[in-house]
Amino acid sequence: MSDSTDEVRAYTVRLELVDEPGELLRALHPIADNGGNLLSIFHERGNLTPRGHIPVEVDLEATPERFEEIVDALRDAGINVIQAGTQHYSESLTIVVSGHIVDTDLSHTLSRIQESTDATVTDLSLSAPEGTDDVSSARLRLAAEAGATDATLAAVRDIAHEKDLRLIEPLTAGDAA
Amino acid sequence: MRLAVLGAGAVGSSVAELAADYGHTVTALADSSSAVVDPDGIDVASALESKQTDGVVGTATLDDALDGAYDVLVEATPTTLGDAQPGFGHVRTALERDRHVVLANKGPVAERYADLRELERESDGRVLFEATVGGAMPVLSTIADFDADHITTVRGVLNGTANFILTRMAAEGLDYEHVLAEAQDLGVAEADPTFDVDGTDAALKFVILANVLHGNGREYTLEDAEVEGIEEIPGSALDLATEDGRTVRLIGEVTAAGEVRVGPRLVPANGTLAVTGTNNIVQLETEHAGRLNVSGRGAGGPETATAVLADVGRLDEN
Ligand SMILES: NC(=O)c1ccc[n+]([C@@H]2O[C@H](COP(=O)([O-])OP(=O)(O)OC[C@H]3O[C@@H](n4cnc5c(N)ncnc54)[C@H](OP(=O)(O)O)[C@@H]3O)[C@@H](O)[C@H]2O)c1
Repeated sequence: MSDSTDEVRAYTVRLELVDEPGELLRALHPIADNGGNLLSIFHERGNLTPRGHIPVEVDLEATPERFEEIVDALRDAGINVIQAGTQHYSESLTIVVSGHIVDTDLSHTLSRIQESTDATVTDLSLSAPEGTDDVSSARLRLAAEAGATDATLAAVRDIAHEKDLRLIEPLTAGDAA
Repeated sequence: MRLAVLGAGAVGSSVAELAADYGHTVTALADSSSAVVDPDGIDVASALESKQTDGVVGTATLDDALDGAYDVLVEATPTTLGDAQPGFGHVRTALERDRHVVLANKGPVAERYADLRELERESDGRVLFEATVGGAMPVLSTIADFDADHITTVRGVLNGTANFILTRMAAEGLDYEHVLAEAQDLGVAEADPTFDVDGTDAALKFVILANVLHGNGREYTLEDAEVEGIEEIPGSALDLATEDGRTVRLIGEVTAAGEVRVGPRLVPANGTLAVTGTNNIVQLETEHAGRLNVSGRGAGGPETATAVLADVGRLDEN
């Protein structure tokens, strides 16, 4: 079975922006307009490129075709794209954790995952039908670097174990479906 | 072929009942306390009736059955862990008498594969065990046809009870305890469903698959498997999976590296592995022929008996 969401990949784009108000917003439009999903923006204010521009690193998710359209649209809009297509993250992993998620400090769990793996948490949904002090579940989407899926899962397993949370892993062997 | 059937439960009694249909003769049938033996063929219907009314299949003993006249011993007594007794002892007796053995009992192949193969080497009898993995589904014979060396990984759902529970939880938004009670009422789950829900039963089957795929190099037992069950999975976990187009299944795997793992995993809700109800599926990843799916009824008396009789038929051909 093909799962069309599997085709969505995470990309990092480095842009150089002129230091003018509204520039960043102008740069983000072509991403959203072309079906990209913005993951994070790293805006190094105060740090200038040799040409006197502000470097901005944008992480986004898109299908490979859409990604090309996004880069073209950025360039058409006169934005200086200095590096694109560095497929920084290429594997999207979904996991579900259950247990006393909130009591065990969800945000700490998330930052532990980010610290101990090279993955980024790109999406979070919480379901706590019995209230947050009872057993609840969270679904996390992680963007992991290509080839780092196993290492990421191993680290997540350790964190879940340490926090006494129940982990439901994705079936990752091959393109299992 | 003349069959001695040990175990007169769901599987053993079905084998005895269906044997004639497949052109075989039952020369012995035994349960835990009695046996009926006749070299010309027992009266299966009256033996099973006597089991119903008097609790015994006849007046003979299990040893009489083991020492009687038969070509194939059908071992359908309970699966036990560790030494796999008494099933293993029955198999030994038959092989030492140069008789063939067909197993429904998973114990000898999951826990003592090397010992079993050793006994088989010294015997003129052969051991077949299609019924131990996935009931009626032709999993082991497919592997044999493709040749174990040309299969890289195996994964799938091999416990109908756990699959039924997960299916119902996702479809009805009910919690684990509730669905388990329902499954017990329906007879899908046994009164003691421990081995089904804690992953042991599925793990035994994947251990058997690992032995078949990698058995030349090393022997696997249940202890080599990494096993996690589905007990107490909260309904909220299934809800979150469903919301994302996924669902949870108790998936077993024999990985390319030869690890055996069983546990609840997220799979695409409409994907091949997300079989519903008590259905089972096995996915074989082959070296030259891509992916192969075998699915169907993984348990039940007549279903499992069908696999036993298919093995008997294979022995008959040779
Ligand atoms: N049911 C399935 O769908 C299925 C599928 C694949 C494999 N299997 C395997 O096939 C085997 C039989 O399963 P089943 O469902 O038929 O089990 P079952 O209904 O519980 O029947 C077990 C039978 O074995 C007899 N028995 C128990 N201890 C014995 C002993 N020490 N010596 C001789 N007989 C003994 C029992 O005798 P009493 O009648 O006197 O209690 C009963 O007749 C098990 O190993 C099981 O794991 C079952």
